[in-house]
Amino acid sequence: MSQQEIIIAGFGGQGILSAGRLLAYAGMLEGKNVSWLPSYGPEMRGGTANCHVIISDDPVGSPILNSATALIVMNGPSLDKFENLVVKDGLIIADSSLVQRKPNRNDVKYSGIPATQIASDMGNSTYACIILLGKLLGSTGIVSKENFENALKKVLPEKYHHMIPDEMKALEIGMKY
Amino acid sequence: MGEKLLMKGNEVIAEAAIRAGCRHYFGYPITPQTEIAHYFAKKMPEVGGTFIQAESEIAAINMVYGAAGAGARVMTSSSSPGISLKQEGISYASGAELPAVIVNIVRCGPGLGGILPAQCDYFQAVKGGGHGDYKMVVLAPCSVQELYELTVEAFNIADKYRILAMIMGDGILGQMMETVEFRDKEEIYEADKSSWATVGTRMERDHNVITSIYIDPEVLERHNQKLQAKYRLIEENEVRCEVYNCEDADVIVAAFGTVARIVKNVIKMAAKEGIKVGLIRPITLWPFPVKVFEKYAEVPKAFLSVELNAGQMVEDVRLSVNGKRPVYFHGRMGGMIPTQQEILDKIKEILK
Amino acid sequence: MAVVFKRPHALRDVPMHYCPGCTHGIVHRLIAEVIDELGIEGKTIGVSPVGCTYNNYEYFNCDMQQAAHGRAPAVSTGIKRVHPDNVVFTYQGDGDLAAIGTAEIVHAAARGEKITTIFINNAIYGMTSGQMAPTTLLNQVTTTTPYGRKPELHGFPIKVCELLSTLDGAAFIERVSMHNIKNILNAKKAIKKAFQVQMANKGFSLVEVLSSCPTNWGLSPEKALKWIEEKMIPVYPLGNFKGKDLEV
Ligand SMILES: Cc1ncc(C[n+]2csc(CCOP(=O)(O)OP(=O)(O)O)c2C)c(N)n1
Ligand code: SF4
Ligand SMILES: [Mg+2]
Repeated sequence: MSQQEIIIAGFGGQGILSAGRLLAYAGMLEGKNVSWLPSYGPEMRGGTANCHVIISDDPVGSPILNSATALIVMNGPSLDKFENLVVKDGLIIADSSLVQRKPNRNDVKYSGIPATQIASDMGNSTYACIILLGKLLGSTGIVSKENFENALKKVLPEKYHHMIPDEMKALEIGMKY
Repeated sequence: MGEKLLMKGNEVIAEAAIRAGCRHYFGYPITPQTEIAHYFAKKMPEVGGTFIQAESEIAAINMVYGAAGAGARVMTSSSSPGISLKQEGISYASGAELPAVIVNIVRCGPGLGGILPAQCDYFQAVKGGGHGDYKMVVLAPCSVQELYELTVEAFNIADKYRILAMIMGDGILGQMMETVEFRDKEEIYEADKSSWATVGTRMERDHNVITSIYIDPEVLERHNQKLQAKYRLIEENEVRCEVYNCEDADVIVAAFGTVARIVKNVIKMAAKEGIKVGLIRPITLWPFPVKVFEKYAEVPKAFLSVELNAGQMVEDVRLSVNGKRPVYFHGRMGGMIPTQQEILDKIKEILK
Repeated sequence: MAVVFKRPHALRDVPMHYCPGCTHGIVHRLIAEVIDELGIEGKTIGVSPVGCTYNNYEYFNCDMQQAAHGRAPAVSTGIKRVHPDNVVFTYQGDGDLAAIGTAEIVHAAARGEKITTIFINNAIYGMTSGQMAPTTLLNQVTTTTPYGRKPELHGFPIKVCELLSTLDGAAFIERVSMHNIKNILNAKKAIKKAFQVQMANKGFSLVEVLSSCPTNWGLSPEKALKWIEEKMIPVYPLGNFKGKDLEV
């Protein structure tokens, strides 16, 4: 598939937007065309957050997604809102610590990972997003692990670079889950 | 070209301005373009420039007036409600022939409206939102890379013609991140501003005056004629437009900015169904690519203008196509974005 | 059992959208209680600003108008001149009132418009993600003063009460704070008096409320209240600046 379209959605403050940005950055480092589009505005005030990421062999047309090859959700309302945008045989990855139900669709692949639980056990709940991204990498090969690590180095300010080994550990947990 | 970076549209505008030699920015916060000011607030001190958060958009545009009149490369940015407040200053600066760059990351109106993407300020930008017979060059980028390139270009055009240049985008362009590649060095139009800029006479020359008032009607008419001559020159020289897939198209879609990107997806979808769709994407909304539309006027069965408003650019498309083919319109408002399917359905309906 | 926390009638029964720990909501409640106590809901007309409280017209039961950024005092002037017997108030933030709307507030006060302004000083632009406000403290870091507010670059905090109390048209001016219960009770007294001053036709009245913005200050709700007490009050001393002894 020459174009991967990913929606990542959840509550503000879960690192949704940064996760999407990391993914796009890694895609760029793979030499792909990428775009990242956040939801913006007052709805972000303690409410929901989502972003659309496109990683493509061709120049990116519209950065707004009307459908997704993969959906990562970190709360129930996001699954309700975006489930139907996933293409047939697409992928839904949910943080099952926070999303109570499974998708209603049976024409998509589904992985539920208790990411927030695992991340809290690791001592940092903000890694939940990274674990879910790991699952995406593991299932689709959308970007390589190396480029994800390089993206972390580019995106994170120097003073947070000591966290990279742990973030990579979180990624691997997701990849193997 | 340098390293590829992943950057937000709004930040790229600010970075581009700095690269184009802009060292003076005056603005007032408003969503969805606040990152422009945040970026300048961080970077201007590093490059020895000025960043002022003005007390209002009215103050900001008048700071621009002063700085431009003093010979500097200067910029302000805002979004629709703030751009409305700047209209007085825009008219005065146009009358005084001041070069400057104004960014409008358009949101939906009227009034406070909403903060989501829109193109409902097209009329205001290209037909003169302030009073008097003036024009601004209006550039409508459709990608983050183009935001960079056209921002640099806007400064050059402004200086070359002593005119205001506006970058018109929307919240999607401002908020999205895309790859951008900066040049190592910008080509900067070096204008000689000594004959008009107020930098102090040093007792060596007659005084320079920046003004837009001409009480004597004959003088004012001559001034207006001079402005109009300049505008005709710009219409000759500065039209920018992308023509995509238009040879033997069944329908040619006119769209600018973000919408043009959606249309490119539609073109692919339509091709799968055997429908040939072309795109004319005005990059300069003024000067409008009249001649491009004239050239393709008899190619398709019909034209379709797709916009995030109630039908504004479509008027210029109709004027340019000049009755040779029907010109249809499809628009969404309030921050709603047309889907690809919706546009394709409209095209099919037209072809029926 | 006595109902301790009954919703005032003048407040509508809808959830407010403010961030956790934001004191905007408390100020709304105080205004509503005062409207109830004075029995003026039916003749009160409020004007919402542009800021985090842009839609507080949804929260008050009295008639409301929404104004352009900074223009609430002018809009209120229009309302009051049409309905001199009604009670008119504006609710404005520091960006709204002391930056873009400086001219409107100064002239409404100078004209002695019989309106009441509740002025929320949270030392920041809340709505647009934390830019410097005219009231931002020296050295305070905001998104447009990333290196802190420096007087030589950004000027000094504007003290609205001190400024407006020089105007003869201003009848009642007081600064209060939301940082603890005692001060909240004081704030209510001041708001009530401000409305009464208007109703007695004495002139323009304004209450400045030091209010928290935990979100953009980057502080927990508790620390934000401490910040008001320790950082803001030294710059913005509490108390009455004008009209303390007015008979109403
Ligand atoms: C003409 C105009 N300029 C700018 C804005 C964007 N804007 C919305 S709210 C706001 C600042 C609000 O700050 P403040 O008045 O301090 O209220 P707070 O959110 O802190 O309560 C601005 C600049 C606007 N809506 N209209
Ligand atoms: S941003 Fe600040 S002022 Fe606005 S609701 Fe949140 S805490 Fe309150
Ligand atoms: Mg404020």
